[in-house]
Amino acid sequence: MSWLEKILPSITNVVKKNIPEGLWSKCPKCDSTIYTEELQEATYVCPKCDYHMRISARVRIDSFLDKEGQEEIAPNLVAVDPLKFKDQKKYKDRYLQAQKDTNEKDALVVKKGTLNGLPVIVAAFEFKFMGGSMGSVVGEKFVRAAQESIKTKAPLICFSASGGARMQEGLFSLMQMSKTSLMVKLLSNQKIPFISVLTDPTMGGVSASFAMLGDVHIAEPNALIGFAGPRVVEQTVREELPEGFQRSEFLLEKGAIDLIVHRHELRQQVHTLLSAMTFNNG
Amino acid sequence: MNLDYLDFEQPIAELEDKIEALCNIKNKADITQETDALKSKSTVLTKKIFSSLSDWQISQLARHPKRLYTLDYINTVFEEFTELHGDRAYGDDHAIVGGIAKLDGQPVMFIGQQKGRSTQEKLKYNFGMPRPEGYRKALRLMKMAEKFNLPVITFIDTPGAYPGIGAEERGQSEAIARNLFEMSTLATPIISVVIGEGGSGGALAIGVADTMMMFQYSIYSVISPEGCASILYKDVSKANIAAESLKLTSTHLKKAGLIDIIIDEPLGGIHRDPSKAQSLLKAALIKELNIIKKISTQDLLSARQEKLLGFGQFKD
Repeated sequence: MSWLEKILPSITNVVKKNIPEGLWSKCPKCDSTIYTEELQEATYVCPKCDYHMRISARVRIDSFLDKEGQEEIAPNLVAVDPLKFKDQKKYKDRYLQAQKDTNEKDALVVKKGTLNGLPVIVAAFEFKFMGGSMGSVVGEKFVRAAQESIKTKAPLICFSASGGARMQEGLFSLMQMSKTSLMVKLLSNQKIPFISVLTDPTMGGVSASFAMLGDVHIAEPNALIGFAGPRVVEQTVREELPEGFQRSEFLLEKGAIDLIVHRHELRQQVHTLLSAMTFNNG
Repeated sequence: MNLDYLDFEQPIAELEDKIEALCNIKNKADITQETDALKSKSTVLTKKIFSSLSDWQISQLARHPKRLYTLDYINTVFEEFTELHGDRAYGDDHAIVGGIAKLDGQPVMFIGQQKGRSTQEKLKYNFGMPRPEGYRKALRLMKMAEKFNLPVITFIDTPGAYPGIGAEERGQSEAIARNLFEMSTLATPIISVVIGEGGSGGALAIGVADTMMMFQYSIYSVISPEGCASILYKDVSKANIAAESLKLTSTHLKKAGLIDIIIDEPLGGIHRDPSKAQSLLKAALIKELNIIKKISTQDLLSARQEKLLGFGQFKD
């Protein structure tokens, strides 16, 4: 984790309070010093080199939905530690720490709202919450999001940013893959659009379930997307990985995604697609 | 040290070697008595060792070098197996074997992961790690099963989906996801059995089932004990500790409601009595098939849906 990522939440806070330390940020890609307020306005896309930094679930949703009429879905779901899992640290403690660090209950935030007036359901991963890992809560929240979509006939958009299944919940986590995939199937049966936006990074059990089941797959530039992590692949094949391996541009070339969209164009692009997809079915 | 036995099986191995040595002596009378005594001693010892196996020891049994693989069951559990090859798009992945067979006279679609025993076989079957074309072949066969109203039976035995460059290039994630998507509403019964190792998404991709079974000493986990140890402890040698944390044995998973049926193994594990293991598996499958085929497709699908939606524990 870069120093910038570590302090990102505090930047957001301190700038509001006008404390000087957070006034300037540095782009992890081009090293440019950027006025933090300018960076926030640019939804954390470097104004100098266009690098798309990782952003929180809340920033993501707020920058995507219309300001008015947002309503959070299932905001109170929390994990129960079914395995009483413990490594060097207890899962319970890791979980509480993650809640404290991110100010989120778990790694997925779901809201209903509108996109240029079009009713939609949006789910976004909080990568800082245990690497955006999918356990029972993330799975259930995705289900609730899809159920709300079916109920209101509003398209579902999911912004993925996840290392994969949450191993601290063992096989319960793995089963979230089939549970969420079922919901995409039910959406599909109802002809309700599901747009999967793959952001940096989308790996493992999340990419191998609903994230790769969209009617349309959109990726942000240069996002890491794949099944196995690059380190695991490298250790398995014992050769150097091709240039840009598992990056958005690579996936576009291989036919795994439909398009790469700049963060600033996302709202417009998704709206254009959804308007067409719901035009004769709405 | 007998390499066909695991470390905790070594005391049994020593006794078995003695029994074998005695049997090879072609001198009659007293030997029978002695071998019988040794045999019963071996049974007692095996019972003792196997009554208190750790989760790590069970993980080792699940990957025992002499454990039966998918192809070791195909002609004893099923009849008239016709293998069907290829995904119709890229290639034929040997790590997943599929085709039409009969179980107790009833036609079924069979799909199973194959590991391979000799080095040559291991390479051929890629150590049981399927590539996207393997999952796509499996899906093609499942859709065919749906079309011709054949129940699907899958055998799971994989360390995981293959993490290679080509596999990533050809959409490993999408191939797994697509199977979960289609299996969730496939309009024909699906019975899955973990016969050895159920390695994460690579296992689940042929394991969305109406009835989920596990052999007693098989494992099913979101991550291998080694993978878990290397991430959480930065030390692969802590795999034994990780195995205990992951609750990956059939007993734990049955208790958690994540699997339906445990198939008992012969004393000392499948490798100690392969033919008994084969008949136990066959009997369990026939019994389940006869129950499941009586359920209407509509009831089957709503039960499957309810089951999938019920997975997970949380507080609201």
